[in-house]
Amino acid sequence: MVGIVIVSHSKNLAESIVEYTGLMAGDAHVAAAGGTDDGTFGTSFQKIYNAIESVDSPEGVLVLMDMGSAVMTTEMVLEAYGSDKVEMVDCPIVEGAVVATINAQAGMSRADIIEALQEVGQTPKF
Amino acid sequence: MNSLKLIGILDKIGDKIIEQKDFLTELDRPIGDNDHGINMAKGFQAVKEKLPGLADKDLGTIFKTTGMTLVSTVGGSSGPLYGTLFMKMGMALKDQTELDFPKFLEAFQLGIEGVGQRGHSTVEEKTMLDALVPSVDAMKAAWAENPDPKAALAAGAKAAEAGVEHTKELIATKGRASYVGERGIGHQDPGATSYLFMIQVAAECY
Repeated sequence: MVGIVIVSHSKNLAESIVEYTGLMAGDAHVAAAGGTDDGTFGTSFQKIYNAIESVDSPEGVLVLMDMGSAVMTTEMVLEAYGSDKVEMVDCPIVEGAVVATINAQAGMSRADIIEALQEVGQTPKF
Repeated sequence: MNSLKLIGILDKIGDKIIEQKDFLTELDRPIGDNDHGINMAKGFQAVKEKLPGLADKDLGTIFKTTGMTLVSTVGGSSGPLYGTLFMKMGMALKDQTELDFPKFLEAFQLGIEGVGQRGHSTVEEKTMLDALVPSVDAMKAAWAENPDPKAALAAGAKAAEAGVEHTKELIATKGRASYVGERGIGHQDPGATSYLFMIQVAAECY
């Protein structure tokens, strides 16, 4: 199953998004990487690295980020992690997490999930 | 300049950043998320702790370790940005034990290009690049005129100061400050300011 990682500046936000995905995709392999190592606002290279490792499998991992350093730090983690099966996806983080985990749990491939996530930002809410 | 001297300068840069923690954070309050000084001080505290163990390492390893430590400990955007700067410099100066100034300038240029790529940014966007780019250009020009490292670093510090001043006039299009838009005019960029402190210390201590 494709693993999903949620990266946020906020520990609570990342963990809550993971909790939220459990409503519709309780069996998805999803991990939170929120806040710095000492729990303050920011992003942690090590937390992101560990989260990716915890949900990695031959199907790979998709990483969703909030903004700024979350994106840049994830980029650096991916360079260090060195797997072309781990990719970042640019999409709204809450809606994206829901769509990604539902599809991952259903056995969708990484490429198909990325395609689904690209539509997330374009879907009107009302 | 050998490893010990570089370690000494990086340590002093750390002291300066830690000393200016509140000022850098205060600069970040109106246009960012109010943490630049706190984050940078945390990063350089960790760097200072690593430096004594690097005394027998080459210049490349010292720069690379500094960069990796900043990436792992800063927590905000300056972590990956300054981290990339130092790591790229480290790669370019791999296995060097004695600093050759033109090589240093080349490495610094590569580091700055790395920052631009990492942040998908360029000059005139109210970022650290607005101090870094004119600073390296000034150092190259000064070196071409008079091959004296201390004079070149002083020229770099002077250009960085003008660069920081110029960020006050700019509207940010990258990072958190871009949400503040025109309201950021009049405020200097915190990331550019932390570089100014670094180059000032380097020019003083070289």
